Order: sequence, then C-alpha cells, then structure tokens
Amino acid sequence: MHLAYPAVLSALLFCTGLYGVLARRNAILVLMSVELMLNAVNLNLVAFDVYLSKAARDTLHSGQALTLFTIAIAAAEIGIGLAIVLAVYRNRGTSAIDRLRDAAEGHGDDSDDSAGSDSTVPGAEKAEATA
Amino acid sequence: MTPSHAAVSAAAAAEHGFLSPTGVEITFLLIGLVTFGAALVSVTTRQLVHAALWLVVALGGLAVEYLLLTAEFIAWMQVLIYVGSVVVLLLFGLMLTKAPIGRSPDADSGNRWAALLVAVAAAAALVWVVVDAFRTTWIDLDGPAAGSTRVTGAGLFQNWVLPFEALSVLLLAALVGAIVLSRRAKAADAAQQARAGGAAQQARAARDGQRPAEEGKH
Repeated sequence: MHLAYPAVLSALLFCTGLYGVLARRNAILVLMSVELMLNAVNLNLVAFDVYLSKAARDTLHSGQALTLFTIAIAAAEIGIGLAIVLAVYRNRGTSAIDRLRDAAEGHGDDSDDSAGSDSTVPGAEKAEATA
Repeated sequence: MTPSHAAVSAAAAAEHGFLSPTGVEITFLLIGLVTFGAALVSVTTRQLVHAALWLVVALGGLAVEYLLLTAEFIAWMQVLIYVGSVVVLLLFGLMLTKAPIGRSPDADSGNRWAALLVAVAAAAALVWVVVDAFRTTWIDLDGPAAGSTRVTGAGLFQNWVLPFEALSVLLLAALVGAIVLSRRAKAADAAQQARAGGAAQQARAARDGQRPAEEGKH
C-alpha cells in the first residue's frame, strides 16, 4: 500500500480536529475534537510502525506500543476533562467556554460578571472543603 | 523535480505501479473518505448529540483502517475503548450538562472563520509536505501480520514493561482525580447547592437580559 494514503488521511483528520477545537463553543464538543486529533496521531503511528517493521530489522514495535499508550492516556484525559466540565457546569450553569471569562483582562461589561463574582465565593469554599 | 528524483520515482513506479492500485488501497481510500466525511460532519453539525454519533462512525472507520494495515489488536482496542467507552462517556457528559436536543444555533463560536482559515492552511501545508515526502514509499503488507495479538503482546511485555506499569499508575491517578473532582463536599452540600442554583439562575437571567441589549447594539 502506498504510504501516502494513511499519512494524508491522518493529516486531514488532524486538521478537522483542529478546526473543531478552535471553532466549537460547547466544552464537550471541544473534547470530541481533541479525540479526533489523537486518533489522527494514532493512525500515523500505526502506519509507520507497519512500514518500519518490514523495512527495518529491529523496531521494538514502538509505534503500536505508543498507540496503545495514547489510547489509554486519551481515556484518562476524557474522564478528567468531563469531570472538570461537569464541575464548571455545576458552579456556573453553563458549559460554553466563551462565557467563562473571569480571568480575562478588563471584562467590565461582560455578561457573566455578576454571576461570576458571586459564584467564585462558593468555588473557593469548595476548594478548601475538598482540600 | 530533479532528474535523480525522477529516476527514483520512475523505478518505484515500475515496481509498484502508480495507476494500478491494489484492492487494499481502494478499500483504504473508500473507508478513508467515509471516515473523513464523518469527522467533518461531527465538527460542523449543529445538533450536539448527532456530533457524538458521527464521531462513532469516524472512530469505527479508523478501526477498519487499522485492520487493513494488519494491526488487529489496535483495531479491537479502538473499538472497545473509543467506541465502547469514550463515546458513551461523552454522551453522558452531554446529557448531564443538559445539552439541547435538536438544533442549537450557537454551537459554533464567533471565531469560526479564523478557525477555518487556520485549519485549511494547516491541512494544505501538511498534505503537501506528506505527499512530497512519501511519494515513492510503499508499505509491504505481505507476509505475517505486523500487529497480531501475539506480536503486539510480545513486544509490549518484552520491551515496554516499565512504561506499561507507569501507565497503570497514571490511570489510577486519573481515576482518583475524577472521583475527587466530581464529588460534592458533604457538609456544605445543601447550602452549596442552593447558592449554585441561585448563581445559575442569576447567570441565566443576566444572559437573557443581556441578549436583547447586545442585539440592539448590532
């Protein structure tokens, strides 16, 4: 098989995920796009591992081992990411990432300003309680 | 293209043939088109639940591509972990954050045209470089499978044991972290809930009050 086929497909999938990460507003959809980017990298790793396992002599099958590690790390990442998104949703009532602007500079007329200044107080208390 | 390049690619083409793709290549191309189309729909659709379901198609297509590349174990891991658990987790997340069923017009943020520009530029650069670099490289798919369970297991447990164990520690840490993050503190629970509900209502009221003003500004 021509090596350019999997390489081009993985480049296109990576750029699709890049567009999703930059353009989506819901935090969970951003996480989905991150999964697409990780899968593009996995396809590249597998394709080059199969290519090198025939072309070179001793490759330790590093591409496939790294692919398995990436899959496991992606599972951990999606668990932690969803926990964070749910905590933010519980405190703020929204999961749209462009409404979470409390750390932005000079956000005097932001729409979430009043709610943000209120809900930072229970947020701090919660941090103390869990610590 | 320099003459030596031309000679090399001509020799490679004589060996493999540019214009006579094999059956595996045709299958890979078709499945790749389905995968790419599903990924595109998944990042552009305005129905949030449909985005997760199109992601299933994209990830399943990638599993078939792994099978075509003779990486069987990775393919079944892809089906088990991604399609089986990650997408289900994403759907749970969508339901728990009360994602709207049906079309939501504000699924894309305001900078989507800048995002499109960045993505198209990155795709053009990457595809150009990759095609130029691997024009004369072929994967040899004959012989024993490069990724059968036997080969992958032997490689994993002969050469990659320490990273494998470190990964299990990482998974344990992620498990504990997710539990800590999603647990409510018991003592402050009731008051917290009331205050968070009040803040959320306030935020909603502020947003609804703000929106006509913003529309008036435009």
